[in-house]
Amino acid sequence: MVRKILDTIKRPFEKGEKFERFAPAINAFDTFLFVPNHTTKKGAHIRDAVDMKRTMVTVIIALIPVLIYGIYNTGYQYFIQTGIQPSFFECFLHGSEKIIPMIIVSYAVGLIIEFAFAVYRGHEVNEGFLVTGLLVPMIMPVDIPLWMVGLSVAFAVLVAKEAFGGTGMNILNPALTARAFAFFAYPTYMSGNKVWVSEASNVDAISGETILGSLASGNNTEYMFSQMFMGSIPGSIAETSTFWVLIGALILLITGVASWRIMVGSILGAAVTAFLFNLWGANALMSFPWYNQLIVGGFAFGIVFMATDPVSAAQTLKGKWIYGILIGILCILIRVFNPAYPEGVMLAILLMNVFAPTIDHYVVESNIKRRKKRMISNIKPV
Amino acid sequence: MYMDITLKKGLNIPLRGEAKKKLNTFTPSKSFAIYPKDFHGITPKLMCKEGDEISLGQPLFYSKSNPEIMFVSPSSGRISNIIRGARRKILSIEIIGNKKKSALKHKIPSFSKITPNDIKKLLFSSGCWPFIKQRPYDIVADPNLYPKSIFISALSTAPLGADVNFSLQGKENDFKLGIEVLKKLTKKINLCVSHLEKSFLNKIEGVELHKINGKHPAGNVGVQIHHIDPINKGDIVWVINPQDVALIGSFFKNGEFNPRRTIAVVGPAVKFPSYFEVTIGSAIKPLVEQVGVNSNSPVRIINGNVLTGNTVGIDENIGFYNDTISLIKEGNYYRMFGWLPFTGSNIFSMSRTSLSWLMPKKTYSLDTNMNGEERALVVTGEMEKVMPMDILPMQLLKECMAQNIDKMEALGIYEVAPEDFALIDYTSSSKIEAQEIIRDALDLMINEVG
Repeated sequence: MVRKILDTIKRPFEKGEKFERFAPAINAFDTFLFVPNHTTKKGAHIRDAVDMKRTMVTVIIALIPVLIYGIYNTGYQYFIQTGIQPSFFECFLHGSEKIIPMIIVSYAVGLIIEFAFAVYRGHEVNEGFLVTGLLVPMIMPVDIPLWMVGLSVAFAVLVAKEAFGGTGMNILNPALTARAFAFFAYPTYMSGNKVWVSEASNVDAISGETILGSLASGNNTEYMFSQMFMGSIPGSIAETSTFWVLIGALILLITGVASWRIMVGSILGAAVTAFLFNLWGANALMSFPWYNQLIVGGFAFGIVFMATDPVSAAQTLKGKWIYGILIGILCILIRVFNPAYPEGVMLAILLMNVFAPTIDHYVVESNIKRRKKRMISNIKPV
Repeated sequence: MYMDITLKKGLNIPLRGEAKKKLNTFTPSKSFAIYPKDFHGITPKLMCKEGDEISLGQPLFYSKSNPEIMFVSPSSGRISNIIRGARRKILSIEIIGNKKKSALKHKIPSFSKITPNDIKKLLFSSGCWPFIKQRPYDIVADPNLYPKSIFISALSTAPLGADVNFSLQGKENDFKLGIEVLKKLTKKINLCVSHLEKSFLNKIEGVELHKINGKHPAGNVGVQIHHIDPINKGDIVWVINPQDVALIGSFFKNGEFNPRRTIAVVGPAVKFPSYFEVTIGSAIKPLVEQVGVNSNSPVRIINGNVLTGNTVGIDENIGFYNDTISLIKEGNYYRMFGWLPFTGSNIFSMSRTSLSWLMPKKTYSLDTNMNGEERALVVTGEMEKVMPMDILPMQLLKECMAQNIDKMEALGIYEVAPEDFALIDYTSSSKIEAQEIIRDALDLMINEVG
């Protein structure tokens, strides 16, 4: 039934017809509803059930618990600063009012650009943006104006992705590029102590600083471990709850969609580095316990959902270990040594995105060297 | 003396429709066909014309580049049709069998006096030479190059692949004689068997025995070569299927080309999957009628296994190297929201985004649906899971697509054949055609490097 209607709608877009150029756009809608009837033409005659849509949607499923908590926490932070003890529903409602429009803007802007490029380049629309489009609002401060979200997404998709050749070719993680763009272009909206809680600037004498922000300015934090772990703290929308991020991580690891090597590598790198700084202990951030370093800020969210982006990460198995460990180390280094950027994980991942091809290069070279060595040792005895 | 090799990577696809280990009988048809495309890289030069009466073992065509290599008729009879395609390329030579059953006889000198050159000449003229394939490039062996060793993989890990042990029953002595013949052509023969193998294959004299334990593609001879005696630039290795070793042995026993081979007709669309003894190039139709098709919707017939075989019509014939014919349903239907994770667990998946991994004992009735569309390469690490060699599959594929010959060499193009990338075709979430990329790259290497 639905199929018949779709086939009728698709007719003008078929080969040789009037709107052939726009076929990728209509195909994107069609394949969203139906797995197409394509059969194998060459190569293996049977194919695995997995495809790009399924992979990307799995990531979205992993993001949903974090998103729901993020929406709730946005409302919760808003209400407690005004001194009201709110119900879950009130929190959720307030959060939704703030966050749903951001998600809509992000998807709308990004998908328009994606569709335009797909039509222009004549390839099918890639599903990668389904994840990027959700990630971008989740890592922004809640009070950021909507036009900034739109502009950041446009910048990320155009400059970070399409300029490099589209999906699969980008060097930098598009979602983080969007955040970095907003961070450097509009610093007043992206840092300080007034942006992390919804409408904080309307309430006087309330500190809505993030934990890392207050540590960087030399104060200690008054939050307890359980609060930091569960996430009822100020911060970007989805970064605060390590618990719900771990639920997402579990989904990604069980399904095998994200690389466990990168996650474990990052945690190891960060934990060891932070532990060494604990021993040194020269300032508030250095003496901040290493296990707390792992649960505050965007570290958990970053390494679970951003560092594991397969396109911008290292692609070889060994490379993933190195890449992960270096992200962990760099994240703590930036947090400790650079008070201007108390949140280190974004810059750590972006920096390692740039170096990922170099890491892979050395892993590939070592494979090539092994092969050459084997050849030489083979020649000798003759 | 033997070496054990255990491979952890790989994937067994639990396809339904395995053949019962019992030789079935059927009424063979009288039509036969030889497809020159089965011999990759060979340009055929015809030695017969339509209407010719021929005997079994009589040459049909020879190789343009090595004119001594003959490709012979699998039956006596009359050449009924020579089908040509674009630019007069020969697609198939069809033969109608007759009752006379005349066969071309060759004189075999006594085995003690025979020289390697005599053996080669006999293999050329008998039509047995094409059984020997060459790595690198996965082509019919070039007789002018000396192989450092010969590999025989006597285990099948491909989905529903014909059981080697069963296929060789009754041909043990032919197999042994075949090994004796091959021993005269090279220094070393490597025979790879399953780690569970208990048959006469464990006791073949004068070969290096290797016991292989692992999932598909552990049975691929390329994987075994990689772990036992890897191919470096300039090396040549010959590979032969175990049944073809027996056919070579049979020729040296009787002096007649023996085209009889055991074949498994398998697959989820088959009612009674069974083994048959058939003639190379004989018609597929009587076999399919014998086993029966269990579906009313269209079925695809595959010469070979479901990963590496090629599609044939019901009126076509068995390929030259085949020991399997697979039948699966065509999958040209739509699945609403079929991409949702954790749905459709009736389709086997290596990925855990489907629930099929929770049912390790289940067998599957897979069809030809792509289950998605081709996309950019995004997911990393999935190819490595089905590549049990020290080769970086994605990097190699990318260099192949870029036609960067230096990098292809450095990353091990000489060690691979398209079949080693068949599981990448299967598992890829970007639905790439890895086997085609590797085949094209190997052809490029043949042209550029030689």
